[in-house]
Amino acid sequence: MLPRLLPALDGMARRSAAVAGRNVAALRTAYWLVLLGGLLEPVFYLFSIGVGVGALVGEIPLPGGRLVGYAEFVAPAMLASSAMSGALTETTFNFFGKMKFMRLYEGMLATPVRPIEIALGELSWAMLRGSLYSAAFLVIMVAMDLTTPLRALAAFPASVLVGFAFGALGMTVSTLIRGWQDFDMISAGMFVLFLFSGTFIPATAYPDVLRWIVEVTPLYRSVDLIRGISLGSLGFVQLLDVLYLLAMLVGGLFVAGRRMERLLCR
Amino acid sequence: MNSLIHARGLVKRFGDFTAVDGIDVDVRAGEAFGFLGPNGAGKSSTMRMIGCVSPPSGGELRILGMDPRRDGPAIRARLGVCPQLDNLDPELTVLENLVTYARFFGIPRRAARERAAELLDFVQLGERAGSKVDPLSGGMKRRLTIARAMINQPDLVLLDEPTTGLDPQARHLVWERLFRLKQQGVTLVLTTHYMDEAEQLCDRLVVMDGGRIVAEGSPRELIEAHSTREVVELRFPTDDQGTYAGKLEGIGERVEVLPDRVLLYVGDGDGALTEVHRRSLSPSSSLVRRSSLEDVFLRLTGRTLVD
Repeated sequence: MLPRLLPALDGMARRSAAVAGRNVAALRTAYWLVLLGGLLEPVFYLFSIGVGVGALVGEIPLPGGRLVGYAEFVAPAMLASSAMSGALTETTFNFFGKMKFMRLYEGMLATPVRPIEIALGELSWAMLRGSLYSAAFLVIMVAMDLTTPLRALAAFPASVLVGFAFGALGMTVSTLIRGWQDFDMISAGMFVLFLFSGTFIPATAYPDVLRWIVEVTPLYRSVDLIRGISLGSLGFVQLLDVLYLLAMLVGGLFVAGRRMERLLCR
Repeated sequence: MNSLIHARGLVKRFGDFTAVDGIDVDVRAGEAFGFLGPNGAGKSSTMRMIGCVSPPSGGELRILGMDPRRDGPAIRARLGVCPQLDNLDPELTVLENLVTYARFFGIPRRAARERAAELLDFVQLGERAGSKVDPLSGGMKRRLTIARAMINQPDLVLLDEPTTGLDPQARHLVWERLFRLKQQGVTLVLTTHYMDEAEQLCDRLVVMDGGRIVAEGSPRELIEAHSTREVVELRFPTDDQGTYAGKLEGIGERVEVLPDRVLLYVGDGDGALTEVHRRSLSPSSSLVRRSSLEDVFLRLTGRTLVD
């Protein structure tokens, strides 16, 4: 079993890397401007709301009773939501454009590359991009004394996991999209998550039913994980967050690969 | 005799619609094989099954001795595919299109660059290596797609309507390059609804209509079997060319009435034309020509190839 499996996995990794490599070659176009935009967005939110509104809010209590500055509270949520939006942008808008309008995947599928390898390759690329954002944002957080360097290091892989999970979800969503009008729904969905996932106010502030709904959403789990790390308040619930995101990653990738096969290999 | 493509009773269904309705095909190494037929005959569906991107709905199919259902990636590694609609990467340059594509086959970057440069010279696009794809003309894009199909030095090249949508000059340039590939011993399989393309390039072909194969052979065999040596095309100054059919009876083997002209299938065209004038029929124009695959198709299906 293993001697057969290893070369198969190796080939899969190489072909996925070739798919991701296509995007590196495409970087020389105006695409890098889109990348810069994604980098700046969470920084703007951090300054306008975390620092600006934070000056009016003062300190707020964590579930354990500990008081933290508002910027400290908001910063990890901005990190999580930028990991989400970076991953979703790449795996919905860009992925859909390549599939339907540039017909790139049809060309790729005429080679040994398989649908699941396209999904893996595109996801890896989205993650490479997302990780760069996360790293830059964590540097800013440390510079502003919103977390410690050690916690920032620990928060980095967590933010990468968040990106992977949302990327896999985005790819599945892409295979369900009928046309550009559906993107309005994706944008709206992302914005609602961004506003209400315990990002700007603790979920405990909501009525019980709403709080329940909020706490099962993926961005809430992501914010909870990263905030737990950056504020040094880890518990069992963060283990649950990790499992939740892993399940989202594996499930999304599996469904996306299957649906791509059905869409493109008819 | 080993066939590169071996199909028996091959079927492709999309829901209730049967696109390919039980075809038998064998393609041998080194030959140029064509699927000739009108739009909707099932040519592209057949090509997609051969290209291992569309699973057959029934029947037997072996490509390069392997099973497409199980060995898809291994087969595709040895195929070159030039699709009907260009799917070149608009965000990459001409050269990068080839190098990136080579990576999908696992070809090392350095080897890919060398091979890409050679191929660009072969399709006469060497000077456009650094250009984006969009500004290229249709003929250039098609040549680039052909070059891309050759990047892995394939055993079998699939070309789906290689010159559809190109102007005559661009078509001839593509034909000339494909002819060179054929001379190099590359096995070509192509679909077309142009009979001149089939006659130019194919050693052997099948005529498809409604998902079935209606005839098979070399262009010459098909013409000999299904048509006469010559054809006289007559146009009469009337709305209904059919009124003349009776008056032409007996001149050749067969009379075919089309909306805009009447075709006389005869052994000797000039002799037949003399007979037409002797019967004091006066067509507004007349033309004597050799039989072509168009006539074969008309004979076999009762329809013209290009509607």
